[in-house]
Amino acid sequence: MSTATLDSPPAPAEAPIPTFTVTMMVRRFNPEVDEEPRWQDFDVELYPTDRVLDALHKIKWEQDGSLTFRRSCAHGVCGSDAMRINGRNRLACKTLMKDLDITKPIYVEAIKGLPLEKDLVVDMEPFFASYREVQPFLQASSKPDKERLQSATERARFDDTTKCILCAACTSSCPVFWTDGQYFGPAAIVNAHRFIFDSRDEASSVRLDILNDKEGVWRCRTTFNCSEACPRGIQVTQAIAEVKQAIMFGKR
Amino acid sequence: MSTIIESPRQPQQRASKGRVNWEKYGWIYMRASGVLLIILIFGHLFVNLVQGDGIKAIDFAFVAGKYATPFWQIWDVVMLWLAMIHGSNGMRTIVNDYASNPTVRRILLGALLVAAAVLIVLGTLVVFTFDPCSTLIPADQALSFCPVP
Ligand code: HEM
Ligand code: SF4
Ligand code: FES
Repeated sequence: MSTATLDSPPAPAEAPIPTFTVTMMVRRFNPEVDEEPRWQDFDVELYPTDRVLDALHKIKWEQDGSLTFRRSCAHGVCGSDAMRINGRNRLACKTLMKDLDITKPIYVEAIKGLPLEKDLVVDMEPFFASYREVQPFLQASSKPDKERLQSATERARFDDTTKCILCAACTSSCPVFWTDGQYFGPAAIVNAHRFIFDSRDEASSVRLDILNDKEGVWRCRTTFNCSEACPRGIQVTQAIAEVKQAIMFGKR
Repeated sequence: MSTIIESPRQPQQRASKGRVNWEKYGWIYMRASGVLLIILIFGHLFVNLVQGDGIKAIDFAFVAGKYATPFWQIWDVVMLWLAMIHGSNGMRTIVNDYASNPTVRRILLGALLVAAAVLIVLGTLVVFTFDPCSTLIPADQALSFCPVP
C-alpha cells in the first residue's frame, strides 16, 4: 500500500467546477390569490452534484422567497419533502440534478390526492389519519423486566417495512387513492405489515380485521406505482400482497 | 318533543360494522373466475374460429349443432355466468372508484345489477330452450332434418 508522500506529483491547480443552467417549472399555488395552481419557471445555476432540493433552495433564497415547500433533514431521513418531480414521486433531497434530463425543464409539483395548501405543501392529515387507524404501535400483554427477545429470523420477517419514513410518496402515487380518498393507501398497509408480522406483537388479528375493510387491502389493484415511488426501496406492493395472504390463509 | 341534533363532528365512519364484508370474496372470485375464463374463452374461440373450416363454418346450423350437445350447453352457460359476474363485479369496482356522489353511485350500481341479471337469465334461457326447428324460422332457412310443417 502506498501512502501519499512528498514526491507524489503536486495536485493540479483547482479547475473551476462546471455549472449549468436549469429551467425549473414549479407548480405554484397561493390560496390567498390564486383560483387555480399555475406553472412558473425559474432559471437556476447549478452544480452536477446539486439535488432538486438545492435548486428549490436557490429559488427561495435568491429569486422568490415566497416559494413554499417542506424539508427538514435534507438527507432522506425525515420524509418531509416528497414531491412530484417530472411526473414521478420522489424526495427532492434524494434526487440528483445530473440524473434528470436537464436539457428540458424540470417539472416540480406537490404530491397528488391530498388537499393542496400552498405551492408544494399539502395537507397530510388524511394520510396520517389512515396511518393511525391501523394501530401502528407494539401491543403486547407481557411486562418483562428486560427487552422482549426475538430471533434474527423473526426480525428479518418484517425488516423491509420497518424502513418507512411516512413521506406519503407511495400513497399519493396510487391511482386508487387519487380517485377514492377513503382507501387506506399503501403507507398505512406497510405500517400495519410492520406490526402484523412482528413476533412480539399480539394484535395482528385486529389489524388484519381493520384492513379487511371495504376500503382496505382489497382496493389495491397491484399497479406497482407505490413500489416504484418509495424512496426507501420498500417492496410496498409485496407487503400489501402479504397482508392479503394473511387475511385469507392466516399468518405465515 | 325535542329533536336530537346529531353532533356535526362525528368521526368519519368506515364500512358499517356488523354487516358481512364481501370484498375479500369478490377479490378471490375475480382471480378464480379469471383462471377458468382463460380456458373457457380461448377454448370457445379455438373451436369456433380456428378448428375445422375455421370462421367459414359458422352459420345457424353450426350453432344449432353446438347447442344440441349438453357439453357445449354447459360450457357456454358456465362461461356466461362467470364472465357476466366477473365483468359486472369489475365494473362495480370502477364505479366505486369514480362515482363519489352517493346517488349517482347507487343508480350506476343498480343499473349494473339489472343489466347483469337480465343478460344472465336471458342467456341461460336461450341455451337451454334453444329449438333448431322453431316454427319462427322461415321455411327456406329451416335445417334439413326439421319436419316440414
Ligand atoms: C381471459 C380471461 C380473464 C382473466 C384472466 C381476467 C382476470 C381479471 C382479474 C385478475 C381482475 C382483477 C384485477 C384487479 O383487481 O386488479 C379482472 C378485472 C376485471 N375484469 Fe377480467 N379477466 C378475464 C376476462 C374478462 C372478461 C371476459 C370481462 C368482461 C366481461 C372482464 C372484465 C373485467 C373488468 C371490467 C375488470 C375490472 C377492471 C378493474 O378493476 O379496473 N374480464 N380481470
Ligand atoms: S412506504 Fe416508502 S413511499 Fe410509502 S410512506 Fe413509507 S417511505 Fe414513503
Ligand atoms: S428533507 Fe428529510 S427526507 Fe428529504
